[in-house]
Order: sequence, then structure tokens, then C-alpha cells
Amino acid sequence: MTDLTRLTAADLAASLASREVSSVEATQAHLDRIAAVDGDVHAFLHVSDHALDVAADIDRRRAAGEQLGVLAGVPLAIKDVLVTTDMPSTSGSKILEGFMSPYDATVVARSRAAGLVPLGKTNMDEFAMGSSTEHSAYGPTHNPWDLDRIPGGSGGGSAAAVAAFEAPIALGSDTGGSIRQPAHVTGTVGMKPTYGGVSRYGAIALASSLDQVGPVSRTVLDSALLHDVIGGHDPHDATSLTDQWPSFADAAREGARGDVLKGLKVGVIRELDDSGFQAGVSASFREALAAMEAQGAEIVEVSAPHFEYGVAAYYLILPAEASSNLAKFDSVRFGMRVNVPGGTVEDVMAATRDAGFGPEVKRRVILGTYALSAGYYDAYYGSAQKVRTLIQQDFDAAFAQVDIIATPSAPTTAFRLGEKIDDPLQMYLNDVTTIPANLAGVPGISIPSGLAAEDGLPVGIQFLAPVREDARLYRVGAAVESVLVDRWGAPLLERAPMLGGNR
Amino acid sequence: MRHLGVLARIQLSDEEVEQLTGQLDVIVDNIAKVSAVATADVPATSHPVPLQNVFRPDVPGDMLTVAQVLQNAPDAADDRFRVTAILGEEQ
Repeated sequence: MTDLTRLTAADLAASLASREVSSVEATQAHLDRIAAVDGDVHAFLHVSDHALDVAADIDRRRAAGEQLGVLAGVPLAIKDVLVTTDMPSTSGSKILEGFMSPYDATVVARSRAAGLVPLGKTNMDEFAMGSSTEHSAYGPTHNPWDLDRIPGGSGGGSAAAVAAFEAPIALGSDTGGSIRQPAHVTGTVGMKPTYGGVSRYGAIALASSLDQVGPVSRTVLDSALLHDVIGGHDPHDATSLTDQWPSFADAAREGARGDVLKGLKVGVIRELDDSGFQAGVSASFREALAAMEAQGAEIVEVSAPHFEYGVAAYYLILPAEASSNLAKFDSVRFGMRVNVPGGTVEDVMAATRDAGFGPEVKRRVILGTYALSAGYYDAYYGSAQKVRTLIQQDFDAAFAQVDIIATPSAPTTAFRLGEKIDDPLQMYLNDVTTIPANLAGVPGISIPSGLAAEDGLPVGIQFLAPVREDARLYRVGAAVESVLVDRWGAPLLERAPMLGGNR
Repeated sequence: MRHLGVLARIQLSDEEVEQLTGQLDVIVDNIAKVSAVATADVPATSHPVPLQNVFRPDVPGDMLTVAQVLQNAPDAADDRFRVTAILGEEQ
């Protein structure tokens, strides 16, 4: 029998629809895989104890002739930043250990309504602050390509879960690259939609002017299918766009079969020159561009002079917004409370936040408090907001010349666990290529471009499109994926270690 | 730094105060960097895709029961959250 965990979500959905396979079988196969490999990978913080019941219900409804969603019966992993009524939601923090939300995040509710089967909650850097999952209060996730290396972050759990075949698709969130950078280091696909394209209601907020929820998968089509389920207007989120979105799955299918690369103008950013990237990352990027050129794409150099200010602006805006968002963890209404005999509520609050927050969270809350403190607001937060305008103008100028921008998804391949943990500034530089999209609100996708010659680890190529042009990313992403997979003879993940003692 | 800890409601240890003091320079460096281009004539962008006047009909919805509201409370009594004294002795 086929190993159901190796199927794409699209293929699994087809087998489910034709009733060749049941959702119970598919869900059991993934639970077995989790049991076999997650001790090593640690992608999950919590595995659902009733996923099989949910799957059985889908099978029953399908047998009864009910019209179900395209992905009905397909298992789904959910990043722990998204609240769920039936599983704990901690955002990777001790301060929320055991927290049970009284409501579902909109993207979770929509996934359930579409018949997806939640498998569990995935590991992440605490409150999504980090690029390696080493800042999770529950221990790091390990990269399935090399268990001694980081899976990226903050959504390392979701990326590792799909890379290790523990789930076909997953939900993530991306504030400065937390979907795209993990995709890059794990050989998977991750999409950050246009700001406002997917509801954040029920996503535990990090930096509200930057956060976006999006799909994580092994193929471009699978991300598109999940995006179709979770996207669209939600009145619960005041930043949610009211646009009617096209079918992203149709866009991906068109890209995979068509000749969308012919005549496509692809911008490459002059200021992101090879000197800032590991040699194997640059080489893989250049090969992917050459493959696109061979299909008729035109590579055009564009200038984005303000991208280099992105990291500095981001690390003013993010701590400021995070320090405000995290004020709600006050030991009064939910979460941890430390007992301070004879202490006032403020003493209890301060002791609780000291015990409940990890070092990176404390660092960013303190830096943010400083940036917002009286007298500094205009100089600090205000100046950083001006850089957002300048970066948007860079994007506007570039997109007047090209259809899409391409960059390497991150500067290096997966580094070793512990390698950068003591150097927060070095860690922050991981996000240099992904941050501009969050600052400007444009969509971005990372797809595998190959393996770096020097270490044999995965590399991703990032595509960026104008605001609201998410479909363009699926079209181009699927086209490039199909060209590259043809060259490789099989998807990149076929070359990853099997794990679970099979090899 | 101790004052920032008070503002942020985080009780910092001596060791943390020392570590974080050095790291405040990060903010100062970032400021120096962005100030080079964030001149007076550049407008600020607060949200990347701006929306204006996002209202909803003023009708009650998505209500939680008292039990749901209190289900995660560290301490509760008589359908209320319970906390320790709000004012200290010196206040």
C-alpha cells in the first residue's frame, strides 16, 4: 500500500474524494509517523487525542453523500500561535502553559469547516520571536535534514512537520519571515499572503502592523489549496481586506502546466549582492534564475536602496508593538500567576512576567518599552515608520519595471542548534531578505531551489509580488517548482533522511 | 534599566539588568541607522495596506459565558477574577 504520509495534500484529497482512502486511514498514518519520528524532530507541542474521531466524522459525512470541501479529511498541523478550543494554545511560552481558548482562530474555524483534520499544535519560538525555535519554552525543534540543525523560526515546528512527513500541510504565521525562512531551511514551501489577506483573529499577536497568517506545505499547489480555505474577509479582524480573491489553486495549476515564465520580467535586487549570502545559497539562487531564463523569463536588475534599512526599522517597530501586545499577560485573567506572599497585584504581575517570559521575550519587551517611552516615540517608532514608506516606494518603483522580484529566501542554510543563540544581532540578520515584505505588506513565497553544494542542505528562492497579487506568486511559484522538479527528477524532499530508523 | 523593568512590569534580576543595559545600544544603533533616511519630508506608514473607518454594526455578538471567561483565570471567586491587594502599605 502507498505510504499515505508521502502524498501531497492535493493527491491525498483526490484519494479521499474517490473513497479509495478514508480520512481515518490517512489520519492514523500521520499519527503513526508522528509517534515514530517526533521524538527526534519535536515539531509538535501537542498531538490531538481526538483527531481520529474528527476523521471518522468526515468519513461518515462523505459516505452519507454530503458535499465536502476539496481538502476534507486531509490532516493539518497548526502553529501554536493560533488559538484552538480543543487543544492548548501556548505560543511557545510558559506563561500560557495549558491555556485553553474559549474560541477558535478564524483560520482554524475555516479549516474545520472545510473538513481538515487538526493533528496537533506545532512548536515555535516564544511568541514568534526568533528564527530558530530555540526560543521555545518547550525546547527546540530539530531540522529533519540534519537533527543537529535549526528548522528555522519562528514557525520551525510547522515547517519541520511537513518536511518530516508528519503532516501534509500546516498553518503558520509570518511577522518578519517566520513562514518563509523555515521553508528555506527545510526544503518546503511557505507563503506569506498580502497584509490583510488572511484573518489574524485568534492569532496571538506579536506585532500587529506586520503579522500575517499563511500556509506551509511541500508543494506550491498545496499551499494554494490551504490559502483558498483560510483566506478572505473576516469582520473580526479590522485589518482584513474586503477583496474578492481569485482561486489560488487554479493559479498554481495554471502555473504548473502553462508557460507563464515566457516573457515574465523577474527583478533581482542590486543591493542584495552575493557578498551577503553563503556561497551555496547564491549558487542555488543563480541556478534557479538560469532555469527560469531558459523558459523565457527575462532577468532585470532593479534597485531597492532602502532595503538595507529594513532590519533596523523592523527591530524598532517589532519590539514597540510586541511590548504593547504582550501587556495582556498580566497574571489576572489567564495564564501563569506567581504567588508573592503579601505582594500587591503589581508585585505579582512583575514576578509572573519575570518567571513566565523567556530571555528573548524580555529583551524585546524591554527594548520596545524603551522605544515607546515618553519623549522617544517620534524619534524611534516614528522614524521607523518612515522607512516603511521608503521601502514601499522601492517596491513601487521596482514593480513598475518587473512582474515579480526574486531573492534568496535567507542568507545561509540551516545553522547548528546553539550556534547563534548568544548573539541576538547575528540572529536578527537572518531576516534581511524577508523583512521588507512585512514592512511593505506585499506577499512573498519561498520554494525550494536546490541544495547548497558545501553542506547538502536545502535552499529556498523567494518571490515577491505587489500587494494583492498573491495569485501571481502561486502561478510563478508553481511554474518554477515544476521546472526544477523536472530537472531533479523528483521533489527535493526525496533526498532528505527518512528518519524513524528506516535508513 | 530598572525603571524600564517597572514600566514593563518585569521584575529583573541584577544579572538581567546588566545584560540588557548593554543591549539597549541595539536600539540606539538602529535609530542612528534609520535617521539617516527618515527625514522630515518622508511621511510615516503605520499600516502597510491602510484601511479607514472600519466599523461593524453595533450589535452584540460572539458572547462568552462567565464560565468561559473565567475558565483560564489563575484565581476567581463569585464570578469575578480575584487578585491580591491593589495598593501597597506605603500607598
